[in-house]
Amino acid sequence: MIGHIAALELRRLFLSPLAWCVLAVEQLILAYFFLIAVDNYIEWQPRLAAVAGAPGVSDIIVGPLFGDASMFMLFAVPIMTMRLLSEERRAQTLSLLFSAPVSMTEIVLGKFLGAAAFFLILVCMIALMPLSLLVGVNLDFGVFWSSLLGASLLVSSFVAVGLYMSTLTAQPAIAAVSTFGVLLLLWVIDWAGGDRAGDYSGVFAYLSTLRHYEPLLKGVFNSSDVLYYLLFIATFLILSIRRLDADRLRH
Amino acid sequence: MSEAALIKVEHVHRYYGAACALHDVSFSVGKGEVLGLLGPNGAGKSTTMQIISGNLAPSAGQVWINGIDLLDQPKAAKLGLGYLPDQPPLYRELTVDEYLAYCARLNRIAPAQRRAALDTAKQRCGLTGVGQRLIGNLSKGFQQRAGIAQAIIHSPPVVILDEPTVGLDPLQMREIRALIRELRGEHSIILSTHILPEVQAVCDRVQIISGGKLLLNDSIEGLQRRMNVSSLLLGLRRPPPLAELQALPGVESVEMVESGRFRLHYVPEHSPAEAVAERAVRGDWGLFELSPERMSFEQVFVDITRSDPTEQAAPAEVIL
Repeated sequence: MIGHIAALELRRLFLSPLAWCVLAVEQLILAYFFLIAVDNYIEWQPRLAAVAGAPGVSDIIVGPLFGDASMFMLFAVPIMTMRLLSEERRAQTLSLLFSAPVSMTEIVLGKFLGAAAFFLILVCMIALMPLSLLVGVNLDFGVFWSSLLGASLLVSSFVAVGLYMSTLTAQPAIAAVSTFGVLLLLWVIDWAGGDRAGDYSGVFAYLSTLRHYEPLLKGVFNSSDVLYYLLFIATFLILSIRRLDADRLRH
Repeated sequence: MSEAALIKVEHVHRYYGAACALHDVSFSVGKGEVLGLLGPNGAGKSTTMQIISGNLAPSAGQVWINGIDLLDQPKAAKLGLGYLPDQPPLYRELTVDEYLAYCARLNRIAPAQRRAALDTAKQRCGLTGVGQRLIGNLSKGFQQRAGIAQAIIHSPPVVILDEPTVGLDPLQMREIRALIRELRGEHSIILSTHILPEVQAVCDRVQIISGGKLLLNDSIEGLQRRMNVSSLLLGLRRPPPLAELQALPGVESVEMVESGRFRLHYVPEHSPAEAVAERAVRGDWGLFELSPERMSFEQVFVDITRSDPTEQAAPAEVIL
């Protein structure tokens, strides 16, 4: 049942020109970043060859590329997730799901997986760029896979936030703006406090989505980072389920 | 009755903040019955239907669908339920076929039977020719039909239709009514409307809701009986003197409506219609009209919604 809802959500995303537009713009911009990274590597290569333990092609191209991609996601996710539930609420199509034999959990998971699938497609398209280097060089697949995993987890957690914001309102634009606000805040929250000892900057640093993403881009796989994203996603999904459940009790 | 009831609603209350939208509503609908829910705007019809369809939780009370408690086991109960809200829940960017296929999956129809269920629903709602068209491009009438198709695709024992004929042209209205009559056999149907003749045309039973209270729960026959009044309308081309009409057996009084047309009031249960016809033929009165007069359904409706619970109407007005 979750699969049916997710499949329809993905299909409806691709029926709107918006999804195609987001994919096209993303390919264009990231291809540009990719070319810059390749160019940099070519320029630095002679000097790097002389240094022992210098960063390789994967460190210079793959990691930064996925890092840039996350910035693009910061803008793209709110636009794609804003309509998930707010549009259904506005068009009063939510009653189709509410009167069907499906639970709120199934509705929320279906919507989440549908939207997340779209962004996983996007991440895979980005991954094709470094893979094209295989023609000439040996990639460090450790860095590649951990970057891919990091990007997938990061974008899924963004989608979870977007979905929750979408359950709060009947206005897609409000959902988009508030999603962007939350994502940006969580992105930069570790800027507070700096490195002074004894304050709470550690908490902010831990909450930051970026802080858990960067190690993965360097190929450092730490299960606590993965766990952070899974908890993050679960939290917002549970909030969404509760919010949707409260819809029936509205007064 | 309660054993066979497919829909059972008991002591349902619903508050929106301090405002009471439904007050102690209880009723049941048996198998194969069509129940018409009538009421003025804002009376609580849609709230009642939203509660029965699981879209809204009641503040108090219980609802059983097909013998399953809707609040305790919502998934099991909703399997036997089809609901058309006042705004049909359609995805405008899908084709009719895609949309109905999705509804079939949502309602857990086995993959092997989906195709057949889809075809049956389309054929019943007259959607066969438009399967490949986008829902957003269909006319209002066809969108309404797609909404109904969605509600009956899994042949649920309980079908709830909120104002199914609103915004349709008279021809489409007739088709939808015919469809409702056709569905009656295997489904219990609740439909809300404020078109009074529609209720007379398709319903077995009528409930009138006003101010959140159930004011009337009666069969159509019972309602017709309420509508009978003891008078005859008589039209004569060559009328005799009034006294002669007055002298007919059973007639209490005669009034002239216009020249040649009379209203005969008679003792209830003693209609003089037969005698009038006989005398008219014998006396060559030129009889061209003889009909029992009825109170209109509208009149009954107005009487009930206005007069009944005065104690409820008064405080409501104070709040407003």
